[in-house]
Amino acid sequence: MGKKKLVLVGNGMAGVRTIEEIIKLTKDQFEITIFGSEPHPNYNRILLSKVLQGDTEVADITLNDWSWYEDNDIQLYTDETVVKVDSDRKVVVTDAGRIEPYDEVIVATGSVPFILPIPGADKEGVTAFRDIKDTEIMLKASKKYKKAAVIGGGLLGLEAARGLLNLGMEVNVIHLAPYLMERQLDPMAGKMLQTELEKQGMTFLLEKQTKEIFGEERVEGLRFSDGTEIEADLVVMAVGIKPNISLAVESGLEVNRGIVVNDYMQTNIPHVYAVGECAEHNGIPYGLVAPLYEQGKVLAKTICDVKTEPYKGSVLYTQLKVSGVEVFSAGDFTEGDDKKAVKVFDEQDSYYKKLVLRGNQIVGAVLFGDSSDGNRLVSMIQKQADISDTMKVSLLQPTGQEAGASLVATMSDDEIICGCNGVSKGAIVSAIQTQSCTSVDEIKACTSASRSCGGCKPLVAEVLQHTLGSSFDSKQQKEAICGCTTLSRDEVVEEIKAKGLTHVKEVMFVLDWKTEEGCSKCRPALNYYLGMVNPTGYEDEKESRFVNERMHANIQKDGTYSVVPRMYGGVTNANDLRRIADVVDKYEIPLVKVTGGQRIDLFGVKKDDLPKVWEDLDMPSGFAYGKSLRTVKTCVGEQFCRFGTQDSMGLGIQLEKKYEGLQTPHKVKMAVSACPRSCAESGFKDIGYIGIDGGWELYIGGNGGTHVRGGDLLYKVKTEEEVIEITSAYLQYYRETANYLERTSAWVDRVGLDHIREVLDDKEKRKELSARMDKALSVIEDPWKAIIEDKKLKKELFETVVTS
Amino acid sequence: MVNKNISKVLISSLQELPERLGKTFHVGNMELAVFKLSNGTVRAIENRCPHKGGVLSEGIVSGDSVFCPMHDWKICLEDGLVQAPDKGCVKTYSTVIEGEDVFLLIE
Ligand SMILES: Cc1cc2nc3c(=O)[nH]c(=O)nc-3n(C[C@H](O)[C@H](O)[C@H](O)COP(=O)(O)OP(=O)(O)OC[C@H]3O[C@@H](n4cnc5c(N)ncnc54)[C@H](O)[C@@H]3O)c2cc1C
Ligand code: SF4
Ligand code: FES
Repeated sequence: MGKKKLVLVGNGMAGVRTIEEIIKLTKDQFEITIFGSEPHPNYNRILLSKVLQGDTEVADITLNDWSWYEDNDIQLYTDETVVKVDSDRKVVVTDAGRIEPYDEVIVATGSVPFILPIPGADKEGVTAFRDIKDTEIMLKASKKYKKAAVIGGGLLGLEAARGLLNLGMEVNVIHLAPYLMERQLDPMAGKMLQTELEKQGMTFLLEKQTKEIFGEERVEGLRFSDGTEIEADLVVMAVGIKPNISLAVESGLEVNRGIVVNDYMQTNIPHVYAVGECAEHNGIPYGLVAPLYEQGKVLAKTICDVKTEPYKGSVLYTQLKVSGVEVFSAGDFTEGDDKKAVKVFDEQDSYYKKLVLRGNQIVGAVLFGDSSDGNRLVSMIQKQADISDTMKVSLLQPTGQEAGASLVATMSDDEIICGCNGVSKGAIVSAIQTQSCTSVDEIKACTSASRSCGGCKPLVAEVLQHTLGSSFDSKQQKEAICGCTTLSRDEVVEEIKAKGLTHVKEVMFVLDWKTEEGCSKCRPALNYYLGMVNPTGYEDEKESRFVNERMHANIQKDGTYSVVPRMYGGVTNANDLRRIADVVDKYEIPLVKVTGGQRIDLFGVKKDDLPKVWEDLDMPSGFAYGKSLRTVKTCVGEQFCRFGTQDSMGLGIQLEKKYEGLQTPHKVKMAVSACPRSCAESGFKDIGYIGIDGGWELYIGGNGGTHVRGGDLLYKVKTEEEVIEITSAYLQYYRETANYLERTSAWVDRVGLDHIREVLDDKEKRKELSARMDKALSVIEDPWKAIIEDKKLKKELFETVVTS
Repeated sequence: MVNKNISKVLISSLQELPERLGKTFHVGNMELAVFKLSNGTVRAIENRCPHKGGVLSEGIVSGDSVFCPMHDWKICLEDGLVQAPDKGCVKTYSTVIEGEDVFLLIE
């Protein structure tokens, strides 16, 4: 018997999910064809917020890559829009003129963003926030422009606003309602959210109606109905979405707000189904992933002729994906009529929790400040749990773990824990039992649960706890250095010291590692800890180093490397420059660039050329690739500058010569400025020095990267000797107590400035730390030179063999 | 039955392959990453990560897997399969060791 032809219109989250469910049920009943207007394979739309906020990249949010379609024999047409479903002839017609016959067709066209019908809405620089294209427009605009306006203070608008802030723009959020996220929050939570976001740097214009977008070709500003205006060179419209029903209308399907479907996702025309945001079930078009995945499950079974429960609608719940604020809302959160609320408000710690009850049942909840109970509450709402025996307030502050565990226990195996990725409790339990997952991270790796918005993490942890029983210790969990062990960093370092362990394999063997040779997380970490504990005896293991630290150069995306020669304090001379220029010519190095740390970076060096390049340069390695002292940036200081009060270049060079090559938990950058104008940006370095009249100020924990942090003033000292002694003690304390890959900024936040001061105030301790530092420094050699002189190593690491 | 043409190419001596470090080979117009594992076996795969083309020869080797140096995808050297939750696979090539010589089998 031939296969039936199944066509999916809309290569998005709901549609493709349905196909996945179908493939799970039957491998060869259908010949599947998918059409999608976007040029991409199916990706996780939810994560566009995180892309904009800089937590991930467009390339990393693909859900089904090209090979998935191939592997499942699915014919995919991207960049192609279906213009009509002709149900008389049973074909779909596309804008490319293709005519594709079907036996069954699924319409999953999603939504279109609502664009305010105001003058100027079509100007350049006005965008919605819906797909990769929009996201790229914003990313691009942020590089060129400064002032952003987001119209709409709902979930999407606020996530966009946070993203634009992260991208360095000034952001005005314009909102019609008197408080934010009014569709998910009550006024109280909405106001708290506003205060919090204002602290993050957003500006709000509430109860403002935009009347016009003005500007020449590109937007220049917004005018409101009250006559006021603001400037803007990027406008994001996030005022809502509407189901995308144009194809359905064209094809004669019954529509209301969305395409009308029954409990089995069938439309009014036989063999035509709708799922996702374009569908309207029982009067409701859903706009969140979890319900759409529930619909997909029912539809898959319907199409495959497998018996299924009807789809009966979903409880809505959402979480705002803005770092630094926890906001959660579920179900019906308005009080009044027969609904009564229980509220907890803690002004001091700034959290607010509200439960809405109808009789003995919870029907809705709003959480601000701490949303860890969110999933538990959703589950109670979904179950329509009877809470008459429970102390109401304790629902909001469960004591002990029983509260949650009992709930997870009562969940059936097919109940969804991770809404974003549609992972059921059963799938998680099975991962724990058959793939021996013992941490939330491992479950994430095996099942994708909690991989998207992360809101279900507490629930995943509860399933873990419930399944593993007493052998699960939630505290130990968090600290394990990776999935290969249950031991924390501190425990491992203690064991290394106590048992005198001397190499990575031995650590794994003695400490009962779960994997024979560890993973890319623990291997480099152990290698570092062993060297830190025993600097003079430990032999570095290059097999356990990340590529950059093994090759002593930075790998680039095309497999070539970049090379940064040492240039102490950012000071160079004619000879060095001449040699660099010669090397660039000789090895045809395509790009020469000055780095943020005042160094010269040679990009595009071939692997085989590296040792020769180093030999010709005849300069020490700049360690630009290492978890090590990177650079000491200096201002020109008293030697030339009229404001300089100290010899900043001199100190910088001295520091760089002393600490070059030092292995640290993560990279360390320093800067020395000769006066508080701080031209070397000393306030944003792991250690920054600022010259003052008669001495130096030392700042620690600064960072100019993803998480910008201004340094804290640690000490004011008089002499350079003191500068060096404190630097040594401080850096050594960081080396001894930080987790591998923990920057000083995070470490200072974790252990506390006061604690660090306390340690360094103790003269004895300071001396000891500084002595241990000197010991660690005593064995450092220049890696480039070592490689040049070691033929075997050169061959092992850098040779490419060509045979024909 | 299909008659496959298999050619055997000498690529290296066993002792010249460093343990648990990849080595890059150009054979014809293919680029391969060859690994000698701790258990002494030799594995060869296409030197291109299915994610974004990372050079697998420079990854950290653990047991019979390699971690891509670009974004840490874990790839099994036996069958070339990318480990969950990521998906995909790279081409693998058979090798034989005869005495001290390592050969690659190419169809
Ligand atoms: C920035 C952002 C953040 C979000 N955050 C969350 C969140 O935290 N939690 C949550 O639950 N939800 C969130 N959502 C909503 C979620 O992404 C959507 O609910 C979900 O993607 C809808 O799935 P869908 O398949 O119905 O539509 P889509 O994913 O939009 O897929 C529809 C696809 O069909 C294509 N298409 C349309 N018409 C045609 C045609 N005629 N022919 C061919 N192709 C066509 C479209 O181009 C589109 O690619 C967010 C959305 C955005 C934009
Ligand atoms: S930091 Fe002060 S001394 Fe140094 S260059 Fe700037 S102004 Fe001159
Ligand atoms: S290129 Fe290999 S993991 Fe990205």
